[in-house]
Amino acid sequence: MDFINNTLAVFPALLVAVPVVVQLALGAMVLALVLGLLIALARISSIKILRGIATFYLEVIRGTPLLVQLVYIFFVLPSIGVEIEPVPAGILGLGLNYAAYLSEVFRSAILSVEHGQTEAALSLGYTPTKTLWKVVIPQSFVVSMGPIGNYFIAMIKDTALTSVIAVTEILKTANILNSQTFQTTAIYTAAAILYLIISLPLSRVVVVLERKARSSG
Amino acid sequence: MADDTIINVRDVHKTFVSETKRPLWSRLTGRAHVQKRVEVLKGVDLTVHRGETVAILGSSGSGKSTLLRCINKLETIEAGRIYVNGHLIGYEEKDGELISEKASITAKKRTDIGMVFQQFNLFLNKTALGNVMAPLRDVKKMSATAAREIAIPTLELVGLGDKMENYPSKLSGGQKQRVAIARALAMEPSVMLFDEPTSALDPELVGEVLAVIKKIAQQGTTMVIVTHEMQFAREIADRIVVMDQGVIVEQGPPEAIFTRPQHPKTKALLSRSGMIPRESTDS
Repeated sequence: MDFINNTLAVFPALLVAVPVVVQLALGAMVLALVLGLLIALARISSIKILRGIATFYLEVIRGTPLLVQLVYIFFVLPSIGVEIEPVPAGILGLGLNYAAYLSEVFRSAILSVEHGQTEAALSLGYTPTKTLWKVVIPQSFVVSMGPIGNYFIAMIKDTALTSVIAVTEILKTANILNSQTFQTTAIYTAAAILYLIISLPLSRVVVVLERKARSSG
Repeated sequence: MADDTIINVRDVHKTFVSETKRPLWSRLTGRAHVQKRVEVLKGVDLTVHRGETVAILGSSGSGKSTLLRCINKLETIEAGRIYVNGHLIGYEEKDGELISEKASITAKKRTDIGMVFQQFNLFLNKTALGNVMAPLRDVKKMSATAAREIAIPTLELVGLGDKMENYPSKLSGGQKQRVAIARALAMEPSVMLFDEPTSALDPELVGEVLAVIKKIAQQGTTMVIVTHEMQFAREIADRIVVMDQGVIVEQGPPEAIFTRPQHPKTKALLSRSGMIPRESTDS
């Protein structure tokens, strides 16, 4: 019983870190969505240089660990004069990383919109650009909802990595508490449960979104 | 060129090039790809006049669908000229050479050409009404009210006044195709192109679509129909055009084509579809 009581007692101290996690996840997600869409468009562009840049970006991001990318932004960039506060650095690192993965979601969603609709739009006098924005992208967003939701949940869990760049999110807060009280079991159990409490309802939402996307298709 | 010419196709050539990768060893020693070239249009001339209904018949691979798709630049051409309402489609002419024009200019010319596809190609995220309103709003920049005032009567014209709020997934194939016709028609194009409009439909749904096409033909809409429905073509068309292997082999009024076909390919086509008795001289 002691264990349960101790774990419950730690919660209030950890809850303080939840707004930081929300800030990180939402900020990084907005960045990832915008940049991800741009990368996806570059990847399907007819301009070879754009395709090359986007593919290079994708390979670099996917070929290196997120943890290394965060460390790089926070500890290496200052050496060339770019100093970023921990939370913005976390948002930047997570956002740049997830943009690469989301771009693949967008790209396949864009390609999944049947070519016939594109031809129909062109035949009705839509320009290629207008066809993309008015016909293809709105539909690919619907298809992307489920995968985007799943990446969002993954990102919330990955905010824990920003603890190494001095962001006082849940894990960092737990580390600090642990160094003060040494209630290791209670503290990290509470931290794990807190992540579960955040991500479980969200994954239910994703299931609903996926069902919606399927029925509208 | 007479004043009432809507479509003027002059000596159009079109080649499809498909590239296949050669086996690894051949790639190491030579070119990586081998090109396969198929000439699908070998110099086609066609004139369509205002108010005329022209049906293009031909076996599959004859180039009839490609010709239709070239008319609104869904396919590029290598040589020749295509004019719709006097505008050269898809290209600028400079010193006798064809230069690709800006996409926005092609788009503008396309608003004058309606097209109906075999696979309907409705916008799946929009209702029947939304599909008809979309190009009026997005291309013609109409207000929602103005677009609705055109879209509703057009949907009623194709007999879908009671299905306007349905999404494509809740429509039958015949209903989808009628929405597609309404969507193209609402733009008030100078000409409507139909690319095998009933080929993807269950047999019991073909009739309702053909009835709608017939109705708008009788209203004086200029149209070109690529079809396999011989009987329908005979009923509705002012002129039948028969294509084979990339050229027009014969054209004329339906009665002449169906009762006194001249070209052996026409005879073969008609006898295959049971429109005329099979002749032993067919090759």
